[in-house]
Amino acid sequence: MTNQSEAVKERLVKKKNKRSPEFRGKVIILGSAGVIIIAAIAITLFLTSKGLQTFIANGVSPIEFLTSTNWRPTDENPVYGAVPFIFGSFAVTLLAALFAAPLGIGSAIFMTEIARKWGQKFLQPVIEILVGIPSVVYGFIGLTVIVPFIRDHIGGLGFGLLAGTIVVGIMILPTVTSIAADAMRSLPQNLRDASYAIGATRWQTIYRVLIPAALPSLLTAIVLGMARAFGEALAVQMVIGNARNLPDSLVEPAATLTTIITLNMGHTTFGSVENNVLWSLGLILLVMSYIFIVIIRFLSARRKV
Amino acid sequence: MNSRVTDKIATSIFVLFAAIMAGTLFALLGYILYHGFAVIDLDFLTSNSSSFREGGGIKNQLFNSFYVLFITMLFTVPLGIGGGIYMAEYAKPGKVTDFIRTCIEVLASLPSIVVGMFGLLVFVAWTGWGYTILSGALALTVFNLPVIVRVCEDAIRSVPRELKEASLALGVTHWHTIKTVLLPAAFPGILTGVILSAGRVFGEAAALLFTAGLTTPNLDFTNWNPFNIHSPLNIFRPAETLSVHIWKVNTQGIIPDVREVADGASAVLVISVLIFNLLARWLGSVIHKRMSGSK
Repeated sequence: MTNQSEAVKERLVKKKNKRSPEFRGKVIILGSAGVIIIAAIAITLFLTSKGLQTFIANGVSPIEFLTSTNWRPTDENPVYGAVPFIFGSFAVTLLAALFAAPLGIGSAIFMTEIARKWGQKFLQPVIEILVGIPSVVYGFIGLTVIVPFIRDHIGGLGFGLLAGTIVVGIMILPTVTSIAADAMRSLPQNLRDASYAIGATRWQTIYRVLIPAALPSLLTAIVLGMARAFGEALAVQMVIGNARNLPDSLVEPAATLTTIITLNMGHTTFGSVENNVLWSLGLILLVMSYIFIVIIRFLSARRKV
Repeated sequence: MNSRVTDKIATSIFVLFAAIMAGTLFALLGYILYHGFAVIDLDFLTSNSSSFREGGGIKNQLFNSFYVLFITMLFTVPLGIGGGIYMAEYAKPGKVTDFIRTCIEVLASLPSIVVGMFGLLVFVAWTGWGYTILSGALALTVFNLPVIVRVCEDAIRSVPRELKEASLALGVTHWHTIKTVLLPAAFPGILTGVILSAGRVFGEAAALLFTAGLTTPNLDFTNWNPFNIHSPLNIFRPAETLSVHIWKVNTQGIIPDVREVADGASAVLVISVLIFNLLARWLGSVIHKRMSGSK
């Protein structure tokens, strides 16, 4: 009897304390927000400290690391020059952007300015699906279609920067297109009406009014595509040939930061110099993704509409 | 040149660009599905993969992919919804909110291989677990969390203000309003976003290479004890997922029928992503219709 009445009392007291679930809710929510902050800080700190090990603990010269074109980690006098990989990453990224930017923005303009209904109903869903296709699938297609095509029609082994560029270019094409289309769509209709009202043709309107107005957003689309290209690992690794020196041409095997990490992380001993330099390469990737964020921030601050 | 002629030329160039893009993309989808359907049959989906002989299937890899996805979502969805509620309801404009936004942006823009390296450092080496499903799922949580947070924030923000104000005006507390008014109203948006992000997680490989590993122990599908190494449910066993399998068979090239296995596995991946997409669209519109009462 007493037990029961105590339980009742307890329940009554609990009910009075209405702040309690409110407080619990707040704790849960703040906890989730805290996890995000902890994750971002932990990644930055851990990868930075691990990436700097090469220079601090193993005594590899950072200048040699960033300027030497020789990567011979297993020699008697090992040399750790990351230039071939840094070059490979930038080459693939820039060439892929050169390929994807005009096609993507052109298609976005087609979707929003020329064939609105058709673009909305038909192209938009297809692009959304393609954004979601896993990168290994793009790599596999590159391996079975693009590499043999280059080998037969252009020359070389087929593996190389050109194959990597095409695969990554196709991969970032839907990303660039969908962001560029969003940018064009968010332009106010007044701009178009005003331009047409003074007798401008569609091309003049696009070229003189719409593109300049949307320029920061269009550039953001390209930069986001480039960020994706820079960080892409497996698709590039499958088609680039994985050589360790600077390539002389686009159809010779090369390597990027991500491909060398992918290849060697598994079979170097954790904590050895050969392993630590891979973390330094990873640190370059981390720094580049911060640089991309800064560029995107700069562009979005300049957004006019 | 006449401006009208220029206009015609420009229009045809835009049409050409769009045609090139649409053509490439359709050729891609068609190629994968065409080659895949020649390989996929029940036997391919339900037999074990072989490490050096012909005729291997993808049973374990397919199961691993779904299981890793499930465990990842178990972490991501509550955390992501919590983060989304914080950003939409509790965050006051100021330095702290800006900082959290920057953190989300950093997490979202990290290359997946960098997430994988972080996973290797923390969830594999530091915890001493080795290559496990749990390590892989935690790495994928880091990878997927920013997406879910954004989706939830947008969904909650797009709930009409009047709903929230009506609830608060009735004297309902803030948290109770969130639980009983905002979250149910935002549910279709959240669900659509979660399913779409599931497609992304399902196909991710680079973050799993160094966290969930490249191998799978012999799985016994009659063993449901989650602590046994041969049980499919064990989260402390290595697990090679479908997309990692595609990468592995192509780069190692040991089995003679690389092409067939990769064709089939790619098609299964792409079909899964298609299903996730269609499911998200369909569920989103069905729930929206039911909740808004318009038929």
